[in-house]
Amino acid sequence: MTVWFVPRDAAAKSMGADGIASALLARGEEVIRTGSRGMLWLEPLVECASERNGSRVGWSNVTVADVNEDRLDTDHPAYLGEVDSLNYLSRQQRWIYERVGIIDPLDPKDFQHHSGLAGLKAAMAMAPVDVLEAVKTSGLRGRGGAGFPAGIKWQTVADQEPAPLRGQPSRATRHKFICVNADEGDSGTFADRMLMEGDPFSLLEGMAIAAYAVGADRGMIYLRSEYPEAWDILCSAIEVARSEGWLGESVLGSNFAFDVEVRLGAGSYVCGEETAMLESLEGRRGMVRAKPPLPAIKGLFGVPTVINNVLTIASVPGILGRGAEAYAALGCERSRGTQVFQLAGNIAQGGIVEMAFGVSARELIEDFGGGTLSGRPVKAVQIGGPLGAYMPPDQLDVPMAYEALADAGAMLGHGGLVVFDDSADMAEQARFAMEFCAEESCGKCTPCRIGAVRGVEVIDRLRQGDNIETQTLLLRDLCDVMKQGSLCAMGGLTPNPVLSALDHFSEDFR
Amino acid sequence: MISRSAFPQWNESEARARLTSLIREHDGPVLLCLQDVQMVYGFVPTAAVELAAELCNVSRADVTGVLTFYADLRTTPPPAIPVRLCAAEACQAVGGRALAQAWRQACDQDNQLAVDTGVDEPIFCLGNCALGPAAMVGGELMGRATVMSLKERVAGIRDGGRSSVGGES
Repeated sequence: MTVWFVPRDAAAKSMGADGIASALLARGEEVIRTGSRGMLWLEPLVECASERNGSRVGWSNVTVADVNEDRLDTDHPAYLGEVDSLNYLSRQQRWIYERVGIIDPLDPKDFQHHSGLAGLKAAMAMAPVDVLEAVKTSGLRGRGGAGFPAGIKWQTVADQEPAPLRGQPSRATRHKFICVNADEGDSGTFADRMLMEGDPFSLLEGMAIAAYAVGADRGMIYLRSEYPEAWDILCSAIEVARSEGWLGESVLGSNFAFDVEVRLGAGSYVCGEETAMLESLEGRRGMVRAKPPLPAIKGLFGVPTVINNVLTIASVPGILGRGAEAYAALGCERSRGTQVFQLAGNIAQGGIVEMAFGVSARELIEDFGGGTLSGRPVKAVQIGGPLGAYMPPDQLDVPMAYEALADAGAMLGHGGLVVFDDSADMAEQARFAMEFCAEESCGKCTPCRIGAVRGVEVIDRLRQGDNIETQTLLLRDLCDVMKQGSLCAMGGLTPNPVLSALDHFSEDFR
Repeated sequence: MISRSAFPQWNESEARARLTSLIREHDGPVLLCLQDVQMVYGFVPTAAVELAAELCNVSRADVTGVLTFYADLRTTPPPAIPVRLCAAEACQAVGGRALAQAWRQACDQDNQLAVDTGVDEPIFCLGNCALGPAAMVGGELMGRATVMSLKERVAGIRDGGRSSVGGES
């Protein structure tokens, strides 16, 4: 019996995947909705196999007419052949994204058939302290941008006593939290979304492992409201995980209790900053908190809390299942394991590329990405989101790793690369960075709240050619104040895109 | 003229019952209350601020503070078919600014389109950054949006169905 695979990923749906699925169903075909393979320029990418776990062949950019007129055969111009052996996929080292695009994201059997739960089972056969050791050995660092070693953070939480929620009496139930930051607000990033839509159980599994390791009983996912498809899938996945006994009073039949709740953000970029996220989860304005106390000591509702990005947590099941040494063997220097890179913006072949750290930006953009979508030369690449630097094309040989990028005056951020062709006006982009900061600043600290507004004004005067030397000096001085004086990365890193544009593309400012 | 909103009228006793059970089940419920009100009624009326303050045992100022902080929360009814164009970098790199401008022009020339869609409420990133310019129309994500495809989608929703993108060719 032929089985069809059509992604239900939001990006695939945005290109018409739902219509294809309906058309196939109307013809009486068996259709399984999967995540996306991550080759987004091919969406809707429809696959077909002779049996559920058989080898799959695919067609790209499929239309409803292709289905209705029975055109999906090997003669079709968009026939791709065996999807797994496509160069874009076969060159990748998929660890976190092992199952994404392959399984039905809400089918627990499919998940387990593809080695799902192996990590949680391995972890629960060990003492919590050994799980902590494994995560430290793996060298896993936070994928949200800061790159803090996950094992050290977990250890800090493990060392705390559970505490009653803020405002509750000391005799109340005591808790620790595992908090997942799924507020993926950086433009050019979508790896959290695609993972949650394509393999939500791996996130829940990773959360359960973290909870077991640090002695937490409650999990919370903070999901941005711009991801309605991920919300639907996560909510369903939590229900399924409870009914399968993977979450709840007795995880995998043990006496370890852990349950997960997912809450939605409300359209605020700064809530991706971990302390603003905690405020938002507690129902307040998303104002950044001063640290200390660290969230690991006083976090969500004042209790010890692990806060990790989606990709950090989703790396954990593999580390426990396949071994910490195997993970640590990947990567370079102090950047171990794999990173899910996201190719975005003006790029011919945009999508997900999961590779060990150390691959160069040029390899990603040219070999995988196929250059710009417009066919024009690359002018700049913004690495690491709206707070990342604009890199000129001659600097793209830098290895994609935490320290190497920092040495080059850039940052990895959440692993997004946004490509601009030579039609881009970098002064306009610098202005936008300040404008964005002014719009999204939480307002708690002055350098960010006021500095961003003044930054827009200075760039406007600069672009009008009004006293260029003085304005440039003023802009650099302002950036220095924002960088040194802001409470969090919002104001502190906004100078990155501004100054890199000014340094590398000064001709655009006159 | 089509109805501005498919949402029900504010109903205090119904809202009170919903929020009371929400608060019982969740810690830190103020934002959740406002999100729930907006989901049901389309926006957050002044009466809901008072109700949430009373039920959460916080001041009206606290609730108003939350309401005004978050871009998602609105104090007026939404347009029938909201159009939201991504205004962030990845979409800028593929003509997002030009699309937003062209869309505003299209709405200038077609008052019904402007009324139905609220013209454009810009949004920073929809997570469709490899297929920009991205847009959300009536809650549905679109990739490689053009003025034409936006208009078609709006018309499809107006006619009661969801038009299929990338469909018949």
